[in-house]
Amino acid sequence: MNKKERVIVAMSGGVDSSVAAALLVEAGYECIGITMQLWSDDLPKGKNNESGCCSLSAVEDARRVANKLGIPYYVLNFSHAFAEEVIEQFTADYMRGLTPNPCIVCNERVKFGTLLRKAYELDARYVATGHYARVGYDEKYGRYVVRRGVDRKKDQSYTMHGLTQEQLSHMLTPVGEYNKEQIREMARGLDLITATKPDSQEICFVPDGDYKAFMREVAPESVKEGLIVNTKGEVLGTHQGIAYYTIGQRRGLGIAADQPLYVVDLDAETNRVIVGTADEVFGDALIADGVNWVAWEGLDEPREVECQIRYHAPSSPATVIPMPDGRVEVRFHTPQRAITPGQRVVWYEGDVVLGGGTIVETRRIAPEASEEPLKVH
Amino acid sequence: MTRIYLDHAATTPCDPEVIEAMMPYLRAQFGNPSGLYAEGRQARQALDEARDRVAHCIGATRSSSIVFTSSGSEADNLALQGAAWAGRLAGKGDHIVVSAIEHSAVLQTARHLQTQGFSVATVGVDEFGRVDPEAVREALTDKTVVVSVMHANNEVGTIQPIGEIAALCRERGIPFHTDAVQTVGHLPVDVEELGVDMLSLSAHKFYGPKGVGALYVRPGLELVPVIHGGAQERERRAGTENVAGIVGLSVALELAVREMPRRMPYVAALRDRLIEGILSRIDGVRLNGHPKERLPGNANFVFHGVDGESLLLRLDMEGIAASSGSACSAGSIEPSHVLLEMGVPSDLAVRALRLTLGHENTEDEIERVLEVLPRIVSQLREIAEAGVARRRETNE
Repeated sequence: MNKKERVIVAMSGGVDSSVAAALLVEAGYECIGITMQLWSDDLPKGKNNESGCCSLSAVEDARRVANKLGIPYYVLNFSHAFAEEVIEQFTADYMRGLTPNPCIVCNERVKFGTLLRKAYELDARYVATGHYARVGYDEKYGRYVVRRGVDRKKDQSYTMHGLTQEQLSHMLTPVGEYNKEQIREMARGLDLITATKPDSQEICFVPDGDYKAFMREVAPESVKEGLIVNTKGEVLGTHQGIAYYTIGQRRGLGIAADQPLYVVDLDAETNRVIVGTADEVFGDALIADGVNWVAWEGLDEPREVECQIRYHAPSSPATVIPMPDGRVEVRFHTPQRAITPGQRVVWYEGDVVLGGGTIVETRRIAPEASEEPLKVH
Repeated sequence: MTRIYLDHAATTPCDPEVIEAMMPYLRAQFGNPSGLYAEGRQARQALDEARDRVAHCIGATRSSSIVFTSSGSEADNLALQGAAWAGRLAGKGDHIVVSAIEHSAVLQTARHLQTQGFSVATVGVDEFGRVDPEAVREALTDKTVVVSVMHANNEVGTIQPIGEIAALCRERGIPFHTDAVQTVGHLPVDVEELGVDMLSLSAHKFYGPKGVGALYVRPGLELVPVIHGGAQERERRAGTENVAGIVGLSVALELAVREMPRRMPYVAALRDRLIEGILSRIDGVRLNGHPKERLPGNANFVFHGVDGESLLLRLDMEGIAASSGSACSAGSIEPSHVLLEMGVPSDLAVRALRLTLGHENTEDEIERVLEVLPRIVSQLREIAEAGVARRRETNE
């Protein structure tokens, strides 16, 4: 008989990773449950430190589930990697006028970075998670691919565009084959303590979902007053620090104008918040950097794709155009609202992730219809 | 899989003889020692005898100097808080001296006292984890009301010069406490010889039951109790006594002291075999703690280029129970404050492997460890060197 294949199951203490473990035990893998301790003591604590992903009570829940499934369970300390890879970049991005997505960085660097290495050290072949996405080798593309989860509402494939072929070949995401109701049903059927636990929505390390309070505490230098200007450069008011604004934001600007104004750009160099009209929040094109290819090996010529510019958002048709320096220009068929630097752009063919990158520039045709596109940011 | 248990500093298996001695008090002799009737008197007698045994085993002249507690941690709390408050209420001062490598039962209690207006001086250690008595002397002030330095460290096993520290505290008339949780039952411990005023011990560290400990308190030393609500333990610790546990503690201690002449050299020889074997078979390893002044059962290493957590998990999978010696509330490994204090860099302070032996370990078990450990260490080093990009081809 073949030796059972060993899998490290990343158990967050939620229902999805609990059922992922159960499904893999049932499929005959030798499972080892791991909860990643991501917190170091010097992080600010709020009420969600007690209930959120990877908190102390999450550890207790995960431990109970592992015991119920009869698998070994360990808590491993990832607080150093997490602080270095995820939190530092999170605060640095905000201060550069970007809107980061720390959960994606955590996937790429911690869950399928540090934890995957840990799996190798524990002589395991796979890392498994409770992501709503389907990962596996695809004959048509001849590569490991990520597909949208069966539950389109819960789909997390967007957060997995940055994974390498190496990483994907060592991943199992059994939950991606089911919808949320089925997962809860299975958890109830197995009498798992996590069956009725509410979904976590917030960023796990930001207490009470208040990223601004977190920034003020962790990076006080981010509080840095500057000017709010319109797209013509006229001064309209002052802001408390560009880290506290996001593209498309309307409320909380504290300026009176005869028409609604929205944040259209954050300029770290001049420490300015640039606001514009509802029309000016729309962009036609963007530049993506740090591109990673998943189903496609690369891009030699312009191709038509479906393009998603934020988590849990619909995708839109677009043309991806390779640039000589490896970056990719994305031209949308219809203008997109609030294209946000720092967020990821992911290209799909059907439900298959082709690749993706980080948005670094937004391009739009100026309202005066000049030939020269107004370069913002 | 047969397991090899090498975490005796965490806890030890309860000796069958001890369990035997406890059983009557879990069954027929259930009386409350405070009861005036026959059942109560029987229980009281069991307590008295247990107290005599414990006093005798640690060289205490009076049985009444033994206060039974729920644990070593509670004993530490009672010693530190009790003496600190007694000193402050007597107008003697509000200053406390502890060593930097104390168990958290002492360190956190000192920190708690800080929030209540006490000031705390922390005395560091040398590279071997030894406290310099002169450094303690320098830390003392006119307002010092209690000093606490552990007898031997639970992580690296270094034995402290307690006699000297106790003597210099006595010169100044300052109560001195030692946490002897790791030494009682393993090394000769005599409160008169050491000259200590308070000493904590814990039953499950010497093959007794969990959930029971004791504090020796020199006759005449005043303590403010931590647990209020009854006259038990001469009003120093309220709560109906854990009669079976206390009997178990006393019998386990008597047994440990009786067997010490045989067990101590046996365990020390196993430890030396283990240390020599590891140092000779594995490169890039460092022995933490003092080369000679260490607990008979303690071996503590860091392996360069090896992830400490992965090492412990791999050992567990191979049937070997070991520890890093330092864990956080969730159970994951934190950098050891003891190693940090000894000057070990923080990236190495999370890599510690603590192997703590007991008399039931065998030479064959040590041989097995010496065969398994080098293999795992070299595998982990290979993986660390290859990095994430390494493809895994085992299991096929």
